[in-house]
Amino acid sequence: MTAPLLKCVGLAKSFGDFLAVRNVSFEVFPGEIVSILGSSGSGKTTVLRLIAGLEAPTAGEVIIQGEVASTPERQTPPDKRAVGMVVQEYALFPHMTVEQNIAFGLHELDDAEIGERVTEVMELVQLPELGARYPHELSGGQQQRVALARTLAPRPVTVLMDEPFSNVDAGMRSEMRRQVEAILRDGQMAAVFVTHDRDQAFAIADRVGIMSDGEMAQVDTPEAVYHLPVSRHVARLTGACDFLPGEVQADGTAITEAGVFPILSPAEELESGAEVDLLVRPDDFGIEVNESGAALLQSREFRGDETMLVAAMPSGRTLRCRKESFFDLSAGIRVDLVLRRPTPFAAFRS
Amino acid sequence: MQLVRPYAPWVGRALPLPNIVKSGGALPPLSILGPAILVGFAMALPLAYLIIRSAGASEDAWSLLFRLRTAQILWRSALLVVIVTGASVTLAVPLAWLTVRTDLPYRRLWSVLTALPLVVPSYVGAFLAASALGPKGLAQQMLEPIGVDRLPEIYGLPGAAITLTLLSYPYVLLTVRAALRNLDPSLDESARMLGHGPWSTMFRMTLPQLRPAIASGSLLVSLYTLSDFGAVSLMRYETFTWAIYQQYQSAFDRSIAAVLSLVLVLLAVMILFADSVSGSKGRYYRAGTGSARALKTITLKAWKWPAVGLCALVSITALGLPIAVLTYWLVKGVSSGEPLLLLWTEARNSLYVSGLAALAATVLAVPVAALAVRYPSLLARGVERLSYVGYALPGIVVALALVFFGSRVAQPVYQTLWLLIFAYVVLFIPAALGAVRSSLMQVSPRMEEAARCLGRGRMRVMWSVTTPMVRPGLLMGGALVFLVTMKELPATLILGPLGFKTLASAVWSASSEAFFAQAAAPALMLILMSSAPMAVLMMRDRSRG
Repeated sequence: MTAPLLKCVGLAKSFGDFLAVRNVSFEVFPGEIVSILGSSGSGKTTVLRLIAGLEAPTAGEVIIQGEVASTPERQTPPDKRAVGMVVQEYALFPHMTVEQNIAFGLHELDDAEIGERVTEVMELVQLPELGARYPHELSGGQQQRVALARTLAPRPVTVLMDEPFSNVDAGMRSEMRRQVEAILRDGQMAAVFVTHDRDQAFAIADRVGIMSDGEMAQVDTPEAVYHLPVSRHVARLTGACDFLPGEVQADGTAITEAGVFPILSPAEELESGAEVDLLVRPDDFGIEVNESGAALLQSREFRGDETMLVAAMPSGRTLRCRKESFFDLSAGIRVDLVLRRPTPFAAFRS
Repeated sequence: MQLVRPYAPWVGRALPLPNIVKSGGALPPLSILGPAILVGFAMALPLAYLIIRSAGASEDAWSLLFRLRTAQILWRSALLVVIVTGASVTLAVPLAWLTVRTDLPYRRLWSVLTALPLVVPSYVGAFLAASALGPKGLAQQMLEPIGVDRLPEIYGLPGAAITLTLLSYPYVLLTVRAALRNLDPSLDESARMLGHGPWSTMFRMTLPQLRPAIASGSLLVSLYTLSDFGAVSLMRYETFTWAIYQQYQSAFDRSIAAVLSLVLVLLAVMILFADSVSGSKGRYYRAGTGSARALKTITLKAWKWPAVGLCALVSITALGLPIAVLTYWLVKGVSSGEPLLLLWTEARNSLYVSGLAALAATVLAVPVAALAVRYPSLLARGVERLSYVGYALPGIVVALALVFFGSRVAQPVYQTLWLLIFAYVVLFIPAALGAVRSSLMQVSPRMEEAARCLGRGRMRVMWSVTTPMVRPGLLMGGALVFLVTMKELPATLILGPLGFKTLASAVWSASSEAFFAQAAAPALMLILMSSAPMAVLMMRDRSRG
């Protein structure tokens, strides 16, 4: 196994009394993309700034390419780390053209090489004709793409991106994301990608770190954080979820209103007889029409790609279920809930 | 599937730092902190010395204060401030609106012309008004053939108020104009869509948004009026500044002047306090995302020509007439055989001290502004406040304080140019600070951080990113200081070394003796020379528009 390019160990940062980040640890390997997902104010940006060396940690270490870059006592200056960062505000230099902005980080090359590289990255972000413009003459999405090009131009070893596609048109977003992904992987760079948009976090990342209240609650593959989140909070951050109460049995299952299901507890040991809540995602149960079914189809919401149904169980508790877009039965009929999930449910102590 | 468990809970908790010197936990670099503190203390020195001096004033001085019609002087000063400020706002707001938002014909021309009276020093304006409208003045001579042998009295309050209003309304004009340009067009549009007509939108949306700009312009006008010395003395309207000058010139006990100065400072502080209570000043970085849409131009239709009439009237009264009168005196002086003195020495002296003052004020403003913007803390705020002391100090007060200081403590610099330049810097560094500060505020720290992440060291970033972005601010600050130093009178009169004459003091000595023809040449040169920095300012103003 190769060594990680970037490693954060127990990072913490406080601003006065405010603890912005505490106990954040994760590693990024060459060619790997880790996205950090969290609501605003959860400390995502601070983590990036700590890695870039723009803030000194209050505790912990940042290790880049095996060398300690930041400790509370000593930090390698940002310009001496091979870390590129795309900031959320773009921070394009208003007194320089797009070309000059992109060339800013290429000061070690000669003029011909600079020109070549600038053209190359401008094509990459699909802005080949705008080199002579000034930042204020560009749209928000274009500015964001220039910021991305400027960061990638010097071929950093580690790339940090703070919401890099937030202002890019939805149509162009997936295309750009694929291209950026290809560059990062081809270059065997380590990338950290911060976003509050879970679709983007899942789509680009090999692993997703979930941040809440300054803590890294979980770092794992997108599938794992979605299906086996370590807490209810992570479950809510990663997608639509309902909680189904149940009682733990000795054989590793739980009895619930909807049936008996195998469970796993990502966060703690559960003894038999414990009261738990099972995490139910909209895909976990199918819906079948049955006039004598125990559940009632309470509402139906057509969303284009899918139809979201809400089924009410006898106790009145509701579960969301996903169906195809052509599911056209209306609310008010009786249905059965059919288990579709092949793996155990995540369970949390109530 | 491997699960990453939370690590051990974070132990150890940083002690909350008292935010006295450190900013967000970071200590400002000594290269900024040290100079900033020095500048702050230096700027506060005249006021501190004045207080010490007044505290040590004889009891006679204090009791004289109450006998000296002080209440009357206070009343006059306050009355003048209120009238001039009110009149300036009334004049400036419509002009600003016309020249920014409407399709006024020759809009560019009017926007330059209406702001230009700023270059006319108050004593020049006053001497021109007195020579034109005074007894046996130009107006009366012209009107005599049709039987008018008396004009309304110009000396006193009317003369001082008219002169000062016409010269200081541009302060409100410029601030309101800037605010009008930065208005978010979508707010006006929303108001219209919510069913408000154009007038209702103006009164309920536009004017309230202009209030901070009107307030800050008014503050400038009222402080300018309060500290004006030239116009009130030529118009013989006894306010504090004139009274202080007379005491300083005539009385044996100069501490009376010191005590009067302190009362004047108190008055200025009260104005500042009223302003700070009335509104808070925002702190912002210009948002990097996109550029705001241009404001929609309002068509004046039938009001077009009355609007032009208003602009023309103001420009003619505040700019055209003074120039005409000035030309008249110049021609008259030459034709009556008086040698047309080209005052090279005076002009050179003016340029020299103004240039030095502009340079010194701008350079000294940089560490203070950098500390205040980048490393906000209690200390930084304190240093910044100290540097703004000159804002509330009338020129005559600083001059007087430095006379005391120079003659008692700093003998070697007394009666040298250094003390005079120091006075200018104390008085005008707030202008430089404002410009440098706001340009620094537009340089988001993210910008510098992005540059650092692209592999440039701290000094390189300062040079290639921060400096080019701040340069217009430095230039603007320098131009402002140059402009006001050029016009400054009381400090120049009191602190100038023996025999050191500038254009300002040449105008003063001729016009206070009513030798109008002699005052014309230096006055014209003064106006022309201060037009250069004014042009820099206007160009900047326009390029933003």
